[in-house]
Amino acid sequence: MNNEKNIAKNIRKASIKKNWLMFKKSKLGMIGLYIVAFFLFLSLLQPFLFVTGLWNKGIYDPVVGYSEQFQDFLVVDCPKEYPTEKYKSRTDCPARNEINIRTLFYSDAQVGETIYQNLQPAPPSKKHILGTDPLGRDVFSQIMEGSQVAFILGLLSATLGVGISTLLGTIAAFYGGRVDAYLMRQSDLILMLPTLPLLFIISAFSELKVWHLAVVLGTIGGLGGSVITIKSQALQVKVKPFVDSARITGGSRMNILFSHVLPNVAPLALLFMVFSVTGAIASESILSFLGLLNIDMSWGLMIYLAQVEGYIFSGMKFWWLILPAGLSVTFLAGGFYLVGRGLDEVFNPRLRRR
Amino acid sequence: MKNNLLEVRNLEKYFEVSSGIFSRNKSIVKAVDGISFDIPFGSSLGLVGQSGCGKTTTARALSLLDPKTSGTVNFYNEETSSMQSIDELEDDELKKFRRNIQMIFQDPYESLNPRWNIKDIILEPLNIHNIGNLKDREEAVYEILKTVGLTPPENYMPRYPHELSGGQRQRVSIARTLIMKPKFVVCDEPTSMLDVSIRISIMDLMLNLAKELEVSYLYITHDLAVARYMCDRIAVMFNGKIVELAETEELLNNPIHPYTKRLISSIPIPDPSYKRERYELDFSELNNIIASNSNESPMAEVKSGHFVATHDVKGLL
Amino acid sequence: MKNILEVKNLSMSYNTIDGEVEAVKDVSFAVQEGESFGIVGESGCGKTSVAMSLLQLQADNGKITNGQILFDGKNIVQLNESELRSIRWSGISMVFQGAMNSWNPVVKIGEQIREAIREHYPDKSKDENTKKILELFNIVGLDSSVIDRYPHELSGGMKQRAVIALALSCDPKLIIADEPTTALDVVIQDQILNEIRKVQEVLGLSLIYISHDIAVIAEMTDNMAVMYAGRIVERGPTKEIFSNPRHSYTKSLLASTPSVVGDKVKLKSLDGEPPSLINKEPGCSFAPRCPYKEESCNPLREMELIEINTEHYVDACNAGNL
Repeated sequence: MNNEKNIAKNIRKASIKKNWLMFKKSKLGMIGLYIVAFFLFLSLLQPFLFVTGLWNKGIYDPVVGYSEQFQDFLVVDCPKEYPTEKYKSRTDCPARNEINIRTLFYSDAQVGETIYQNLQPAPPSKKHILGTDPLGRDVFSQIMEGSQVAFILGLLSATLGVGISTLLGTIAAFYGGRVDAYLMRQSDLILMLPTLPLLFIISAFSELKVWHLAVVLGTIGGLGGSVITIKSQALQVKVKPFVDSARITGGSRMNILFSHVLPNVAPLALLFMVFSVTGAIASESILSFLGLLNIDMSWGLMIYLAQVEGYIFSGMKFWWLILPAGLSVTFLAGGFYLVGRGLDEVFNPRLRRR
Repeated sequence: MKNNLLEVRNLEKYFEVSSGIFSRNKSIVKAVDGISFDIPFGSSLGLVGQSGCGKTTTARALSLLDPKTSGTVNFYNEETSSMQSIDELEDDELKKFRRNIQMIFQDPYESLNPRWNIKDIILEPLNIHNIGNLKDREEAVYEILKTVGLTPPENYMPRYPHELSGGQRQRVSIARTLIMKPKFVVCDEPTSMLDVSIRISIMDLMLNLAKELEVSYLYITHDLAVARYMCDRIAVMFNGKIVELAETEELLNNPIHPYTKRLISSIPIPDPSYKRERYELDFSELNNIIASNSNESPMAEVKSGHFVATHDVKGLL
Repeated sequence: MKNILEVKNLSMSYNTIDGEVEAVKDVSFAVQEGESFGIVGESGCGKTSVAMSLLQLQADNGKITNGQILFDGKNIVQLNESELRSIRWSGISMVFQGAMNSWNPVVKIGEQIREAIREHYPDKSKDENTKKILELFNIVGLDSSVIDRYPHELSGGMKQRAVIALALSCDPKLIIADEPTTALDVVIQDQILNEIRKVQEVLGLSLIYISHDIAVIAEMTDNMAVMYAGRIVERGPTKEIFSNPRHSYTKSLLASTPSVVGDKVKLKSLDGEPPSLINKEPGCSFAPRCPYKEESCNPLREMELIEINTEHYVDACNAGNL
């Protein structure tokens, strides 16, 4: 019987390899995989750098770090109307190495003098690859922290959502009748509700932390439209001859549900999971951007800060406050979606080998 | 003295079809419209008919998959040594009873769970009915794989269905079906999706196992030639009713009902020099005959063991 | 009698992720005018691939690697797409497997046939086309009202008859029928086969009939070929092959077909499975399963058809057996 175990192991290895090759063939899937892998690397890089002491926590911590960057500034008085000789438009004054006298509250400096001031937010430099934010914190470190948040949030809410919808969808398909009718009406109701305004309302009632958000997103997603899709898949499985065979043999309904129907619905559910991570990441960033989330650091929060401090409308002058965070959200959310597309080809082979 | 394994009287299965969401009119489709037959121990009955005649519905009703609308189905109960109606069985008894009835399906690609390996598929009936301990069960799987010709068994046990050919999958289905040594197996065209050269080996396997284990088959097929090979007796179904039932050779040599005659004469013969006489039949006329007759049309025993639906016997003999 | 179709040493293979699949190897046969030619074999033997190659309708990953297909004397293998289109349907037409289910459900039957006619005869008027369709319906046994019906209103048998009418719509010289009656009841099948025979007589058509059902081939064809693993193993007049089968596979096929007439005999089955055609080794592909194997069997010997009787060809291995 040992031989049998070996054969079983080999078969499993061969089938994983085959699935991997099939996934590899999908260009979209591979691109998505690279993107996700990159961000995963980033999330793991930060703790690594701290633990090994390569980064000084005092300086590089994304929330409480502080990096002093002083330089000389020329004090100027920005004119009221533009364009002038020196400045073409309002955003040009004050220039990089200048400072507007109206922003100096605690100094006796006069126009034309040079003062030694703290430069925050600082543009990218050797010390800080992506510069620092208005509070002197390293942006790259923030991106990595945001990556961790995105992964945890995304995967948590996706798992919860998929778990709920798979269970409910399969039960609806299997038991039919009133149970099915109720679950479908519930799904319709949830589908009807717009997610974001709902989240706004919830955040008004209680302070939302990341965990809370994950649970809420997961539950809403799980009770919504995916139940219907999973149910239709489960219905297809239910009428297959091997389910009939199990019934004839005498299997109980519960038994058949869990050992026959669920495993055949699982691949589709996995697919859903990957797609719903996309939505979770996007939702989080929107909520943070609107300042509704009680969170220490995330990509959305970075943009929120930039907006609150008035840096968004400065054009490309303070690009490192906006672009890295925005692009990260886009890429990671998109990356998961692409992985889902790649997995789709593995799990939905239209023509099974015969 | 054991007699009949199964006795079916006036089995009916009706389906309601509503003609619209808001319509109150529900039309009834009489898929099986009152059929009766017996199956003795260790004997096989072929149920032959064209698609839509009700044979698959009959199969599902007899294997207790779908409930029947009316009629009696009596199985021989070993414990009480008498015929017992399936309606009288309670849940636990029903489960135990299911050990004696099994079904082999037509599609080898859809009748095995693609996520289970062969060993688990064959183990399932033993697990459901708690037979012996784990070691006994595994040994039983090993033995039955040998019996159905899938050797060496350890090569097949860890495999998954998609790695096997159609013929091999049907052997797995047979193994799973017969591992409980049931008395009655319903076979729903198990070879129609297999290659011709493989069919015979599967059919021979089923015949051998039937003899060894004293199993009775209800063999459902649209192919009379296959029914001839597999069955002692054949029943011809048309529009939910049995029109003729007789021993195989008797039916083929002396068919009486016009539908049977038409059916037999339509079969192509693998011999280019054979001149086939087509028996022309006006189907609308036949429908009228059957429809105009009242609900109960018991069959008449025209010869010993040869039954024909009565309303047509007059004037035909 | 002239040969309407000559296939010489046709080979075709598919390029798949698992490797090169040689679906058809060295197939040669000829069909005369008005003749009915049958190709029999089991799944995977290549008979459908042969049919598709004749009209160059094989899948994208398949290509003809060798051989000629002479239709009315002209080699059609090298033709480009537009030249091929002019031959399809008006020279050679086809009834595909499962064709009755590929009717467009939202277009009336008559309109779908008219569409085909318009492709080849764009100058004909609608009335002329309608008249033609009604004539065809008459031949295949369909009521004239079918022309305005939708596919879902017709039974399986009627849909299949309509498919045959469609195949005849552009007056082809040769029809290829690939398992045209597989999904139909035996009674309907009988009627359709009758219809096909009638059509052939009336219109003087040539027919290539492809099936796995050897009984149908026996009744429908004048000459036939038996295929196994992509090759023709035996070829000749139908009557001759049935009364004097030579190749081991042909004999096995005949010995494993149950019949309703004659004595009830114990049938012989074949062990094993057809070989995989992926990266196939050269040599006799039937050797592993051959029940009539002799001492002299050399499985690496390539197959070669030899004429043993008038027009009766069989692989050299079995030519010597009696």
